[in-house]
Formats: sequence, C-alpha cells, structure tokens
Amino acid sequence: MPLHPQHWLKAIPGGLYCEPGGFFIDPSRPVDRAIVTHGHGDHARSGHGKVAATADTLAIMEVRYGEGFAREAQALAYGERLAMGDVTIMLEPAGHILGSAQVVLEHGGSRAVISGDYKRRFDPTCPPFTPVKCDVFITEATFGLPVFHHPPDKGEIAKVLHARDLFPDRNVLIGAYSLGKCQRVIALLRRAGYDRPIYLHGAHQALCDLYVARGVALGTLLPATVADTAKIRNEIVLCPPSAIGEVWSRRLGDPVPAVASGWMRIRARARQARAELPLVISDHADWDELLQTARDVDAPEVWVTHGREEALIHAIEQSGRKARALSLVGYEDEE
Amino acid sequence: MQLFADLLDALSYQPARNGKLRLIEDYLRHAPDPDRGYALAALCGELDLPSLKPASLREMTVARVDPELFGWSYDYVGDLAETIALIWPTPDLASHVPPRLSEVVERLRLAGRAEAMMLMAGWLDGLDATGRWALLKLAAGALRVGVSARLAKTALSAIGTVSLDEIEELWPQHEPPYAELIRWITGGEKPAARNTLGFRPLMLSHPLDESELGALACHDFCAEWKWDGIRVQIAAGAGEVRLYSRAGEEISGAFPDLIEQIDFEAVLDGELLVAKRIDGEVEVAPFNDLQQRLNRKKPSAALLLSNPAHVRLYDALIIGHDDLRPLPLRERRQHLEAWYAQRPRPRFDLSPLIQFSDWSELARLRADARSSGIEGLMLKRWESPYIAGRVKGHWFKWKRDALTIDAVLMYAQRGHGKRSSFYSDFTFGCWRPMIDDNGAPGRELVPVGKAYSGFTDEELKKLDRWVRNNTVERFGPVRVLAPALVAEFEFDSVHESTRHKSGLALRFPRFHRIRWDKPANEADEVETLKKLIS
Repeated sequence: MPLHPQHWLKAIPGGLYCEPGGFFIDPSRPVDRAIVTHGHGDHARSGHGKVAATADTLAIMEVRYGEGFAREAQALAYGERLAMGDVTIMLEPAGHILGSAQVVLEHGGSRAVISGDYKRRFDPTCPPFTPVKCDVFITEATFGLPVFHHPPDKGEIAKVLHARDLFPDRNVLIGAYSLGKCQRVIALLRRAGYDRPIYLHGAHQALCDLYVARGVALGTLLPATVADTAKIRNEIVLCPPSAIGEVWSRRLGDPVPAVASGWMRIRARARQARAELPLVISDHADWDELLQTARDVDAPEVWVTHGREEALIHAIEQSGRKARALSLVGYEDEE
Repeated sequence: MQLFADLLDALSYQPARNGKLRLIEDYLRHAPDPDRGYALAALCGELDLPSLKPASLREMTVARVDPELFGWSYDYVGDLAETIALIWPTPDLASHVPPRLSEVVERLRLAGRAEAMMLMAGWLDGLDATGRWALLKLAAGALRVGVSARLAKTALSAIGTVSLDEIEELWPQHEPPYAELIRWITGGEKPAARNTLGFRPLMLSHPLDESELGALACHDFCAEWKWDGIRVQIAAGAGEVRLYSRAGEEISGAFPDLIEQIDFEAVLDGELLVAKRIDGEVEVAPFNDLQQRLNRKKPSAALLLSNPAHVRLYDALIIGHDDLRPLPLRERRQHLEAWYAQRPRPRFDLSPLIQFSDWSELARLRADARSSGIEGLMLKRWESPYIAGRVKGHWFKWKRDALTIDAVLMYAQRGHGKRSSFYSDFTFGCWRPMIDDNGAPGRELVPVGKAYSGFTDEELKKLDRWVRNNTVERFGPVRVLAPALVAEFEFDSVHESTRHKSGLALRFPRFHRIRWDKPANEADEVETLKKLIS
C-alpha cells in the first residue's frame, strides 16, 4: 500500500514541509533545509541553512542576496536525483522563468509534484514545463478563474510596436518585474524583429546581465538612467511597474505607460496600474492551462495553493478528480 | 468590428485628450465606410439600439458556462459586460467570421429583443475578448470611454480640411453613418444645408480663477446670475421649432408646453427652468422639479401643470434672418431686448443684468445669493462675438461657494471601474433625536446622502483600509460601518425629498475633508441641514 503524500507532505507555519526528508519547499522564513523552485522573492528567501535549486536559480539568488545567501547551496540539474532521508528529490522545468523548476518528490511508493509557479506556453528565456505523472499534484492558482485567458504574446508585442508608430514623439515605458518578465518581454521584442537598443531602469540591469551571462540573448541594452535623456525619444524603455508614474519616469518626457502582466486582463487592474497600454503577458498558467495541466499530470488528487483556489477546485472536481485547498501563506499575487 | 473594438479598448485606457484624439483620428483614417460613420455615431451617443437587459445577457452566458464559475468571476471582475467578454467560451475562431460594425448596427437596430439576443450570441462567438467587450458595450448603449461628441467631431475634422464649426453646424441634419458628411470632410463636395433649424454650437464659459479677477477691467464685463437649470438652444422658423440641449441633443418632445408658445423666427440661447408666474413674477422651482421633466420623454398633463417649463433668455444668435453671432454681446443684447419688448411671452423672460460698480461689490452679491435657482454668477465680456466652443477670456462662470456639513460615514460599497477593488462609495448620515427602547431620549444617525468623490487617491487607500478594519456587518456588497469616522461634505444645495428617510436630498455631495480627528458625536444634526434648504 503506497503511503499517500498527505502523510508526509504538510503545510505548516513556514511553508510546505516534507517530514521524512526534513526539508521545506519555498519556505517563507529561514529554515535548516530548503528546496527552492525559482528565484522570485516570495519563493526564494535568504538565510536558509542548506538550499537545493537549479544552478540558474542559485545564480539569481546570489545576484539578489549576495554570496552568503545560504550556508550551503547545492545545484541540481533538471532530471538529476537527490536523496534526502527517505525521500528522492528531482527538479523538472516549470517554464516560469530562467531556472524555474517543479519539485518531484517520491516517498513510500507514491509521488507528489509541487509545481511552483509555472506556465505552459513558449518562453524564449527558459525550457518548457514538463508534465510528470504523479499521485498528488500541487498547483498554483494565481489565475484560477475562467476570465483569465492569456492571449498570444505576439499580439501584445505588436501593440507595443504600434504604439511606437502612433506616438512618434513619445517613448513606450513598459513596467515589468525585473526577474523573468523583463527579460521575456525583451526576448519577445527581439523575436518580433525589433533590433533597436532597449533602455533599462537601473533595477533591471543586474538580472539582464545575468540572463545574458547564462546564455539568453537580449540584444543591445542601454541604461535609461543617464544624464542626457533627451536622446531617448520614441524608444522602448523597461522599468519596474512601481516606477511608472513615479518621479523617475519624468525623465522620459511623456511616455506611453505600458504594463506587462497577466492582471492586465482585468480593466480595473490595468487602470490601477496606470497603464495606457496594458499588455497581457504572464509567466503564470491561465485558466485553460491550469486545467490542461491537471489532465496532463493525470493526478487523482490536486492540491491548490496561492491564488483563487475555490473556482479551480470546483472545476477540477467537476472533471472527476479530488481537489482541495492547501493554505500556504506568504506568497504574493504579483508577477 | 475588430478595429472599432481596438479603438474603444485603447480609448478606455487613454487619459489624455490629445492621446484620445490621436487614437480616433488613426481609426478614422483606416476604417472603411460605412463602419467609421457608425463608429462616430457610437462615440457621439447617437446610435439608437434596443437596449439589452443585463439579466438576459447574464442568462445567455450561464447557459454556456458553469453558473458557479460565472458567479465567482463576476464577483472578482465587478463589471458584467467585462465578465461576459472574458468568460465567453471561445469557439474555433477560424469557423466564425467576426461581424462588421455596420452589420452589428444595422441588424441590431431592426431587431426585437429576442432576435437581438440571438444575434449577439452568434457575434460573440466570432470575436476575441476585446471584440466581445466592445460589442457588449455597444449594445449596452453607453460606451463610457471618456469621449465627448465634440471630441469625436474634432478628430473627424482633423482627418480632412473642414473646420469643426462647419461640421457641427451641418451635423444635426445628417444621420448615421453620415456618408455625405464624411465624403465632404475627406475631400468631396459640401452637402447642401437642408434647413436652418440645425443646432449651432454654443459659446461656453471657463470657471473663473478668482486670483485673476484683478487683471480684468470690471467695466468690460456684464454680470448675470448663473441659473440652475439646463442650457438650451431654441431654433424656430417656418413653422417649425427645435429645442436642443447644450450638447445638441433634441429635447423638443419633452417640452410641448414650451414649444406650443413659440411662434417666432429666431435662434436663441437661454436656461431651461421649471418656473411659475405668480402675479407676473417668475418664481423658479428647485432643480429637482426640472429633473422630473427631463426624466420624462412624454410628460403627463398633471406634470405639465405642476412643473411648467420656462426659458430665461440670455443671448440671441439669429433673429429673423439676421445672423447676430459676429456682433459684440453689447449689440446682441440690445437686439434681444428690443425683440422681447415687441411681444413678451409668458413662458419666456430675459436674464436680468446685474448692476455693479466693482468686483468687490459683485463678490458680495454672489456671497449673499442663496435663493433657489441660482448657482453663482456669469461674467461675459461686452465685446465678445458669439464664438462656438470654450474660448478663453470671454465668458466666465463664478460659482457660489458650496455648502458643507460634518457627517458620519455609515455604509460603504466598492466602486466600479478603476475603483473596483476599493471601498469608494459612501453613505453618510447626521444625528436626529429619538426615543430609545427604554423610553429614554437619545440620538440616532439617519442617512442624508451618498458621495463617491472629492478624496485623493492616497485618501481613498486610507478610507479603504479604514472600512475593512471598521466593518460591523455586511449586507451583500454593502458594509455597515462603525459610526466612528466623520468627514466634511460639500454640496451645492439641499432639497426636501420624500425618497430619503431623513426627508432631505443633497445636490452633488462630495468629500471635502476627512476628519480623522473628530469624534462622531460632534457631527452635525439633521436639523442643521434643514436650515440650509433653499
């Protein structure tokens, strides 16, 4: 009789804990042993004893937190197996950002997969999500409502280029999170044939440099935070979403504010973000992808964490699988 | 439809007037005929489509999606059209042809409700999320993308060589999709003017910046009261009469009592009021009485008797066959007075000129003016010709100061649109005496009004947090608040009303200051408000 993961994988204060392995996954406070799915701040925190993650994720953590971000770091390649106690750990691509991974755990004859954050569509900056068959699938639910259908990226990137044509005297200022979204937007612009230099807010520089160093081509990138900004006209500039409408953006004259995020699907959210040009570009699975993934991993039971759980649980149950909410605190809705 | 949908989408996010202009121009340059004509009509609010009931749209949607999922989604999104647009199951787009805007308008115009719903379902299947949203907005009748008819016409003027004034003058003689007009504007021949009763764009005023008053010479200006009615233009001649609102919308049908008295040939500018002549004196009723008339497209005989319409004239554009618009106001006024003196009409009078010798005297008059029907003062330059639009430096409105009251926040609801995640709609109340269950005298709060504006974004965030921390009960979307936060509210006037528990209704209430410091028991009493009834 295989040992159901509910006996060895639990949500406790601090995060998801695997008892027989003695480790947490993406803990929200410093712990002795941690597996980290990806480099976003609410998943990868500093101060743990021992951290296992992909080499890319560890490199990201080092850029963000400095060299001593953990006492000991262990790099795991996708597909490589690691034993901790009675538990076998394996990382598989999650398609979310560079280095992002799902955590595959095997113990007592059963297998649980923790998706971390993930998406299913093409991203030039990271390998695609690999479905792994399992007994329990733990999924995120950031966009767990049927109103979230991310349109094809191509159309969203075309909007950016059209705005540049329509407003030849204005820059297009794209607010995008500095890890993942920023580099993906740049890579998508390059694929659409845009070869002019792209300008960056200072907060984006270090991680773009890291992406390039780790083999993701981003073309010519120039700093936007320079003394002579008069030369930056009708260009594409990227900054953190919070910099839109802040004093910093005034240096760019009267830019067309764009925001790249899955939340831009909702008009009220786009207006709150002061976006004139909302770009629905998301690094999370949309509604159909969440349901598709539950089918692909073919788990009889799905645990749903951070996001809009109730609707996703309802829909998964309708498809004949068990589903329940796994209350984890500390993860943000941001992307 | 897709081009139009993209336009509406972009407009809805574009805050700047110039940006909106650029978007509409871009659309008008690229969209085919007759679609662009219908698009203009939609932007100008001149499409008359059968209105689809939100309940039927909802019903149509839950026939296709899980009602429970729909419920959660609507709750999250907060806007019905947007929820439907996003949740509508996308069929294989390749097998559906998206409709053209002209097809949507032409078929919807002739369709009954049931047929309209069928058509809508078919079209929704052929559009993407943005297209579906635009279609639903169009069918709902109100686009709410922050574009005035004037702005749309300005964009139309910009793509051709015809001035806005010329367009506006001919516009009312044409119907969507304005084929002749568009042909003319884009280089074709000018359509013949069919009659002279078209709407002529009004001359508009700017709010007065009091600090600039010193720079204006007071003898260059005439002063009139700013009447609290609605601005109208009367165009009459050859046995026909048109009454237009300030935006050029014809409202003749709602005012037969006025129309039957018009036997002259002129184009006049004035304020529509509800007023009675009592012993020859015109007594203006509160704006509420006019509101009742405006709400009825066909007024009952009783309403005509109880709320008679009246026009207080202040300018003449044309008298007989003479176009007076190029003349200075001084001369236009003389023409108007002479014309009126020939034969005064009971439902008309002239807006009197206020005598004053300097600005401070005028300021005193303004401060003392509290009677019903007066919103403040108008200052008009004697030398100004009648110029269409809001031209700087000619006409100024000098509104009287608002009234204020300290009231307690009682209920909060989340806003819509930009504020759909914030508690931004507040019901506030004042104290009144009561006898409690034990027979002891006490005080209770009764609601006196609702306010949605007047706070900064920063204050809105603080209010929202306060609401979340001080909710004592919930009724659906409404939160009942602990009676602990006082705000000072501004409003233009108070009227008696049978619709509210307090027996009062405030005109245009808005937040003035949030009194985080003031204890609720120090808020004002209903009695205080009653004394302000105009």
